[in-house]
Amino acid sequence: MAFVDLFISTLTQGFIYALLSYGVYITYKILDFPDLTVDGSFPLGAAITAVLLVNGVNPYLAMLASIAVGAAAGLATGVIHVKLGVRDLLAGIITMTALFSINLQIAGSNLAVERAIDTVFTMGPAAALGGLSLMYRKFIISLIIALLFKLILDWYLRTKSGLLLRAVGDNCTLVTTLAKDKGIVKIIGLVIANALVALSGSIVCQEQRAFSSTMGTGQVVFGLATVIVGTTLFRKMSFVKGTTAVLVGSVFYKICIQIAISLGLPANLLKLATAVLFLIVLVVGNRQKGGAEHA
Amino acid sequence: MLELKDISKVYNPGTVTEMCLFDKFNLKVDDGEFVAIVGSNGSGKTSMLNIICGSIPIEGGEVLIGGKNIAKMKDYQRYRTIGRVYQDPSVGTCPNLTMLENMSLADHKGGIFGLSRGINKARENYYKEQLSILGLGLEDKMHVKLGSLSGGQRQAAALIMSTLTPIEFLILDEHTAALDPKTAETIMMLTDKVVREKKLTAMMVTHNLRYAAEYGTRLIMMDKGGIVLDKTGEDKKCVRVEDILEIFTEISIECGN
Repeated sequence: MAFVDLFISTLTQGFIYALLSYGVYITYKILDFPDLTVDGSFPLGAAITAVLLVNGVNPYLAMLASIAVGAAAGLATGVIHVKLGVRDLLAGIITMTALFSINLQIAGSNLAVERAIDTVFTMGPAAALGGLSLMYRKFIISLIIALLFKLILDWYLRTKSGLLLRAVGDNCTLVTTLAKDKGIVKIIGLVIANALVALSGSIVCQEQRAFSSTMGTGQVVFGLATVIVGTTLFRKMSFVKGTTAVLVGSVFYKICIQIAISLGLPANLLKLATAVLFLIVLVVGNRQKGGAEHA
Repeated sequence: MLELKDISKVYNPGTVTEMCLFDKFNLKVDDGEFVAIVGSNGSGKTSMLNIICGSIPIEGGEVLIGGKNIAKMKDYQRYRTIGRVYQDPSVGTCPNLTMLENMSLADHKGGIFGLSRGINKARENYYKEQLSILGLGLEDKMHVKLGSLSGGQRQAAALIMSTLTPIEFLILDEHTAALDPKTAETIMMLTDKVVREKKLTAMMVTHNLRYAAEYGTRLIMMDKGGIVLDKTGEDKKCVRVEDILEIFTEISIECGN
C-alpha cells in the first residue's frame, strides 16, 4: 500500500499549497503584478503559527493570526509600490528581504512543534474523524480547507470589489475613469493574496510540525508554475474557473515533483528540478499560445 | 462652466529637451457647449484634455469647474463628473471581462465597490436597451468578452459605458481615429446624439475636419500651444471644411512644412 499512501500524501500537499497558488493567482493572473513577497509571507505564516502553537494557542486561531500577518505583509508591498512609487518587482523583494529577518526574530531559524501539541489535523473537526489514520485525516482536512477558500475566493471575485480587482489588472486606465483609485485596488489585491499565502504557510507548518527559516525559498516559483500549468491545462475550457484550474495545477505540480523524487532525485536537487519544471511549463505554455516571444 | 486659466505646461523641465507647450493658456467652455478641437500634431490638443482630466501635471495655472479650482485634485477624483473616450478602443473597456461585466462596472462609476454582487441581473435589460441604441447588435453579446470584439464595437461600447452614469463633461480624444470610415461615421453620429440627449458639455479632439465642421456648437483650432481660431454660434454653423483647411495650410506653410 506504499504507493497509495504516497499518492494520498502527495494530494494532501497539493491541497495545502493550493492556498499559496490562489494567492499567486490573484497577483500574477488577476493583478498582473509579479509579487515576490510570497517567499517571505509564506514562512511568515509558518513562523507565527509555530510560535503560537508552541505557546498553547488554538490552531484555528493560529490560522487566523497567520492570515492577519500575511495581509500586513501584502499591505507593506502594496504601500511601497503604490504610495512610495517603487517598481512592483522591487517592492516585493524589499518586503521579502525584510521578512526574512522578521521571521528569524519571531521563530528563530528552526522551531519544532512537538507531537503532543494539537494542530488542525488532530483537534476540532479532525477529532470527529477519529477512526481514520492521521494520513487520511490530513487528506480530508486539507481538501476541505482548499475547497472552502476556493469557494470564498470565487464568491469574492463576483462581488463589486472583486470585479474592480479584475478590472484593474485588465485595464487600469478604465478604473481611473470609473473615479476609483487604482492604487488602493492593487493594495487590496496584494493584501488578499499574501493573506492566502501566509495561511498556506500556517497549514504547512501544522502538517510538518516545524518551521524553518528557509522554507520560503522558491515558493513564488512554485506558485507561478502552478498558476501557469493550471490555466494552460484549462485554457480551452472557459467554464472552468481560474481557482479550480490553479487547484488542479497545484496538485499536478506536487505529483510531478513526487515522481521525480520517487525516481531517485536527491533532495538537494529539488529546487533545481522545480526551476527546470517551471521553465518547461513556461516554454510549453508559450508554444501552445502560438510562440509568443516572451513569457 | 469649465475654465482653464493661465495654464503653463513644460515638458521635460530642466533638461536639454525642455519644451514649453503652454504659457498662460486660457480657455472658457460654457455648460452645454460641444467643442470640436482641431490642430496639427504637437499643437497641444491632447495635452489640454490631459490637463483637464489631471492625467499630466501642470507647472502653473488653474483648472476651474463651476468656479472651483480642481488643479490639485487627483485624476480619479475628477472623473466623478468626467467621462472620457480614448483614441485606442482597447483603453475604454476591459478585454477579459464580458460585456455584462463591463457595463456593470460602468454603471457603478464613482460608487463604493463593496461586497455586494458585482452584476445586478435586474439591470441587464437596461444595459441591453442602452447598447441597442448603437444598432450594432451588441445587446446580444452580453456574455462575450470585449477582447474578442472588433475595434469599432469596443469603441461603441466604450462610448455607452462612459456616459452610462450622470456626468457633466465628456472628453473625446480622437475617438474615431482608429476606426474604418463607416464605423467612424456611426460612432460620430451616436456621439452627437448622446451629447444632445444627456445635455453634456463635450470637448472633442479630431483630425477629421469634416466632423469638426459638421458637429458641435463651437470650433477651436490650436497651434503651438495657442488658439488660432475660435468660432461659436452662427459663425460656427457657417464654417466649411475648405475654410478650416485653408487656415490649416497657412499655418503649415509658416512652419515650413
